[in-house]
Amino acid sequence: MLSLAGQSAIRAVRAQSTPRGLLFQFQSSSIARLLSTLAILEQRDGKLNSGSLGAVTAGEKLGGSVHGFVAGKSAKTVAQEASKIKGLEKIIAVENEAYDRGLPENWAPLLVENIKKGGYTHVIAAHSAFGKSLLPRVAALLDVQQISDVMSIEGEDTFVRPIYAGNAILTVQSTDPTKLLTVRQTSFAPAETEGGSASVEDGVDTKAESSTEWISENLTKSDRPELASAEKVVSGGRGLKSKEEFDRLMPPLADALGAAIGASRAAVDSGFADNSLQVGQTGKNVAPQLYLAVGISGAIQHLAGMKDSKVIACINKDPDAPIFQVADVGLVGDLFEKVPELTDKLKSQ
Amino acid sequence: MSSKLRILVPVKRVIDYAVKPRVKSDRTGVETSGVKHSLNPFDELSIEEAVRLRERKQPVEDILAVSAGPAKCADTLRTAMAMGADRSIHVDVPEDKPLEPLGVAKLLKAIAEKEQSNLIILGKQAIDDDAGQTGQMLAGLLNWPQATQASKVSIDNDTVTVEREVDGGVETLRAKLPMVITTDLRLNEPRYASLPNIMKAKKKKLEKKTLGDYGVDATSRLKTVKVEEPPVRQGGGKVEDVDGMISKLKELGAL
Repeated sequence: MLSLAGQSAIRAVRAQSTPRGLLFQFQSSSIARLLSTLAILEQRDGKLNSGSLGAVTAGEKLGGSVHGFVAGKSAKTVAQEASKIKGLEKIIAVENEAYDRGLPENWAPLLVENIKKGGYTHVIAAHSAFGKSLLPRVAALLDVQQISDVMSIEGEDTFVRPIYAGNAILTVQSTDPTKLLTVRQTSFAPAETEGGSASVEDGVDTKAESSTEWISENLTKSDRPELASAEKVVSGGRGLKSKEEFDRLMPPLADALGAAIGASRAAVDSGFADNSLQVGQTGKNVAPQLYLAVGISGAIQHLAGMKDSKVIACINKDPDAPIFQVADVGLVGDLFEKVPELTDKLKSQ
Repeated sequence: MSSKLRILVPVKRVIDYAVKPRVKSDRTGVETSGVKHSLNPFDELSIEEAVRLRERKQPVEDILAVSAGPAKCADTLRTAMAMGADRSIHVDVPEDKPLEPLGVAKLLKAIAEKEQSNLIILGKQAIDDDAGQTGQMLAGLLNWPQATQASKVSIDNDTVTVEREVDGGVETLRAKLPMVITTDLRLNEPRYASLPNIMKAKKKKLEKKTLGDYGVDATSRLKTVKVEEPPVRQGGGKVEDVDGMISKLKELGAL
């Protein structure tokens, strides 16, 4: 799903700077064949992570060839799956269990060697926990200033990204010979996983030891859609008052809508919801079709994570809460009455 | 063998998190003059964690706070020292030529080597540029292990165990010192500096340095083309009741 805000910002900019826009089009056609992008694909237990496929979409926007990169114990199997991704010319696969946990200490040298070998002009990863942890380390080893959370690609060296929690939109031009980007998942839709026919090639295995040891993980299990990519999100804030109320009111509402559950930082800090559900500048960015904020005032930091949603609705008892300034549909009222009523009425439809 | 901890805590002076930034009319950046600044919230967590390690009877020999930027960064460093940092270094960098994360990482590498730091705790991101890169870059340059977005840190001799926030939950990593850790909001609850501690901080050592002192070339790699206001979203007004909400959502195609 494309970020609507980002799109309209770009459109506005293009309208204002036609000569530059024309210049870029001219440049892009003459250099497109020289560009080559490496898109880092994430996998877990031998399955591709669709969240990382936005990197391929971003690569295609640049023009030129796009290669995918996978590493891990079952890299060859994943590479076969990835070879069907539309837009990829080649998959570079490194089969070695050492890369299964995505540790930056052995991934960074691995990528550096494969980037150098392939002579890539652009390297793109998703702005996920993995991409955020890994790519800056790679950038430092290559002596490159990485660009984070890119929401739009304006040219082969010009990128748009949010700063100040999305309160300002920065367009930067990179002078580095290799451009390293992490891309915002809500701004670049995952590439299609059918219809492609990429070749698969072995990458260089640097076999660097990781100085960090992976011990364990504890992932929140849920049958609901994944927060970052859900079509609908219902999000609870401090107004829910307790974890008991959060657990009593939010899941039925989410189920009635088929939505993922999110939370504000206040709700997370107060222990109502798990940290992995946090939406905002320091949590996840979401841009669903519908974002329903319940008992959330709408602080700057929260708005940063959800204001690109297509439709924003809110229920809040304070008519002056900032959330009403961005909500397409606002209901002033006591959430303890309104949420159960809404849940019942949605269910009976 | 247990190592004495020499902790380096880089801090950044940023526009206060509660202030809504205004884009300059010439679209070159965000208005910073006359705007309230404070210590980057994630950096408060770093200092707090360093101080808590000492309070948990870890062998903390030194907590050094470092900031690179214009003269006013000294205030930020005083705050860090009032919270419990032992001393600080201010690297003077002109306001109109701020360092990029790569430049900061190079500078911090030089400082860490000179000061023989063995644990560097940084915020996971600065709330102004939202880059989220410096810690990882620094770990890469030093070739040290890294644990980003830490929500729990425990140290046993020279073995560090870190719980970190990942998509969908937490994971636990273990590494040996020296190490780079970046803080997530869940790591701790930073203390307020008390008045006596603020007074004491005035007597703590604050060294002034320049980039040249560390031999760091921090030429910018990125050029700002422009900075703009994000498109303004229009609130669509309020509805009377739940039925009104459902029908409006249907009208907008969200249901």
